[in-house]
Amino acid sequence: MASIAIEQPGRARVGEATHAAKRAGLVVVGVAVFWGLWEAYRWIGETLGITWPFRVDATNMPHIHDMLAAFNKPLQPGGPTLLHYEWHWALFTAKEALLGFVLGALIGFGLAVLLAHSRILRRGLLPYIVISQTVPILAVAPMVVVGLGTKGVTPWISVAVIATFLTFFPVAMNTLRGLLSPDPRSLELMRSYAADRRSVLWKLRVPASLPFVFSALKLSATACVIGAIIGETPASIQDGLGGAIVNFNQYYSTGPERLWATNIVCAVLGLVFFTAIVVAERLVLHRAPEHVA
Amino acid sequence: MNDRPAVAISGLTKQFKAGVTALSGIDLEVQPREFISLIGPSGCGKSTLLRIIGDLIEPSAGTVEVNGKPAHRARLDHDYGIVFQEAVLYDWRTVSKNIALPLELLRWSREKRSARVKELLDLVELEGFEDHHPWQLSGGMQQRVAIARALSFDPALLLMDEPFGALDEMTRERLNLELLRIWDASGSTIVFVTHSIPEAVFLSTRVVVMSARPGRVAGLVEVDLPQPRTARTREEPRFFELVTEVRERLAAGGAELEVTA
Amino acid sequence: MSWAVVQRRVVDWAPAVAVFVLGIAAWQGLVAAFNVQEFLLPKPTVIAQTFWDERSSLWHAGIYTFKEALGGFALGSSLGIAVALVFAAFRPLGTAFIPFAVAASAIPIIAFAPIFNNWFGLLNPFSKMAIAAVLCFFPVLVNTLRGLTSVDPRAIELMRSYAAGRVSIFRRVRIPASLPHMFAGLKIASVLSMIGAIVGEYFGGPITALGVLILNASAYTNFPVAWAGIVVASAFGILFYGVVALAERLTTSWDPSRRDFHTE
Repeated sequence: MASIAIEQPGRARVGEATHAAKRAGLVVVGVAVFWGLWEAYRWIGETLGITWPFRVDATNMPHIHDMLAAFNKPLQPGGPTLLHYEWHWALFTAKEALLGFVLGALIGFGLAVLLAHSRILRRGLLPYIVISQTVPILAVAPMVVVGLGTKGVTPWISVAVIATFLTFFPVAMNTLRGLLSPDPRSLELMRSYAADRRSVLWKLRVPASLPFVFSALKLSATACVIGAIIGETPASIQDGLGGAIVNFNQYYSTGPERLWATNIVCAVLGLVFFTAIVVAERLVLHRAPEHVA
Repeated sequence: MNDRPAVAISGLTKQFKAGVTALSGIDLEVQPREFISLIGPSGCGKSTLLRIIGDLIEPSAGTVEVNGKPAHRARLDHDYGIVFQEAVLYDWRTVSKNIALPLELLRWSREKRSARVKELLDLVELEGFEDHHPWQLSGGMQQRVAIARALSFDPALLLMDEPFGALDEMTRERLNLELLRIWDASGSTIVFVTHSIPEAVFLSTRVVVMSARPGRVAGLVEVDLPQPRTARTREEPRFFELVTEVRERLAAGGAELEVTA
Repeated sequence: MSWAVVQRRVVDWAPAVAVFVLGIAAWQGLVAAFNVQEFLLPKPTVIAQTFWDERSSLWHAGIYTFKEALGGFALGSSLGIAVALVFAAFRPLGTAFIPFAVAASAIPIIAFAPIFNNWFGLLNPFSKMAIAAVLCFFPVLVNTLRGLTSVDPRAIELMRSYAAGRVSIFRRVRIPASLPHMFAGLKIASVLSMIGAIVGEYFGGPITALGVLILNASAYTNFPVAWAGIVVASAFGILFYGVVALAERLTTSWDPSRRDFHTE
């Protein structure tokens, strides 16, 4: 689900090595601070017996080192470690998310191009595109998986379809905004060249929309992972992170660290997708610094 | 060279939706290789007139012919280039690629495009800036790129809408001289909209003085200053006389239609 | 309202209405024509009928969940606005923390729904409010912060020429200027809050909750009820969005950027 439906294009200047190192350092510091706060709160909470907003104990707030240690423990006695399983689940979910991302980006882009050229279509379709995002896709997921299943579609592709649903929206909205962003002067210039619509689209509108598109792709990167996890959950697809969450939730009291560990994997997956887009943006966009759309 | 006028306007009227009459009964002929300035108070429709010549706006009544054809045909045949007050360069293209834009639309081959871009960069004296991006250039340099772009496909007519309006006085004077040099070298006809009386007199062979609301041709002033013009031209007595004459015509605005030789 | 304005409104909305009518008609027709299994996608008429039959439980479940969404929205949005104000007032703090906020928003919060249920109790509405709050927090924070910090520098200079202090500048310039951005964030949050509440309920909740109602209906293959529930959820989301949009229109009618997209 898009957490920010329309975002302004940001600055896109490439950072140098020191900049990257600073960033890395910041990440380390951030993680360390978070770790410290977590353990501190746990310690204070247990000592003082805090019960609001939630009871602070080993079940509710496992030690972070316990969460990390859980990766190394076997899931079943004598079997492979949790990390082994998490890795495969993560890949499975990533596969769904990636397909959803690609499909969502293509559909979103195509939709935006269509809507950019027709005011009537915009007025007719935009309300429903927006409304589509109010549908709790989680609730629709089982129907989609089962329905497509009867048509012979494997479950993971159905989940990818669900991910597509969450992904297309930010791409469509932001791309549309970008395609319509050129000012009247630029359009007049194109008219003076007697340029046809196709030329105007590819030589003016699309390049002008790229910063918007990348903003949207950053949102979509997160959305496709969420979509994939959500899609797996109700259908209880066992091979992905969504299924793992459902299972570990069911058996939470016997091993809380496992659910937390899975959550950490989900977070990492989301961040990986997000970072990939950030890197791509840095590589592709050469814009004016401080460029305001 | 044929003796067809470069631009022939007859009985041109333009009314906008809100009932505003921007132009009323404009008759004007521009001969090839002339440099015509349109000058007038705000709201006299000079920019509108320029855009009608370029078939970017449709007239309400009257005819406009460019190169002996209807303005619409002339636009489709790429008979003119246009330069706006803002350079309207594309951030995502280098200087070279910005200049090459119309040539890409005209489907010129890559070799032809490169060669022409190089010629143009020489013409506007921006050699060395091929791979720069617009935001790395000053306002004056950006306008030079815009001019190069407008000339890229060697149109017979150049339409310019206060191209130096956003620049400081010194840059403006310098670019005026450059524009005259480019005009001489390219042999094109130029229709130039400006707010500045000295600029109009300095650049033009003829100044068209317009009156406001509705826009009409209030007078035509022939500028008989010798060519080529130099920085010194601005200091000649005849220059001041002409500036005064244009100023007075502007003030009278709409009183009479008279042509001074 | 003059006749011309009414006429314009009608023309503006006509295409959308047309699409709606065509859409429903197509839905009805296609389901019949392709013999889509009723359980997957019932005809609109069937859903409408179910709607009517079950209106009481649907309404109560919807309200229950909406209250959670509202609570989460209020909590998350006010926190988002508060943090945005702090980040805008103390820039170094903001620049240091924003990357973390951005990274945090890349984490699938959904994954934490079960944990919140465990913390606050499955049947406790607060567990769902918490998820909704987290979902609302980030868009409101990011958008409001952008609004507070993207003021025209000349407007600030003007205030300083009047020897206005920081607080005054904040109050008179930054906050009003940030309203359009803030509302953009709030509109997103309004939709997300309802979804967050339902997702939370999916992992467990009382049977008075809409998400549980839909889940149970699906489990017992009572798909018309499930779909009716989904429609109710969507309707509440749209309603909430509409209310926020209305509030926006009332408070920021001066904003020139609220125009239709550039046309060709």
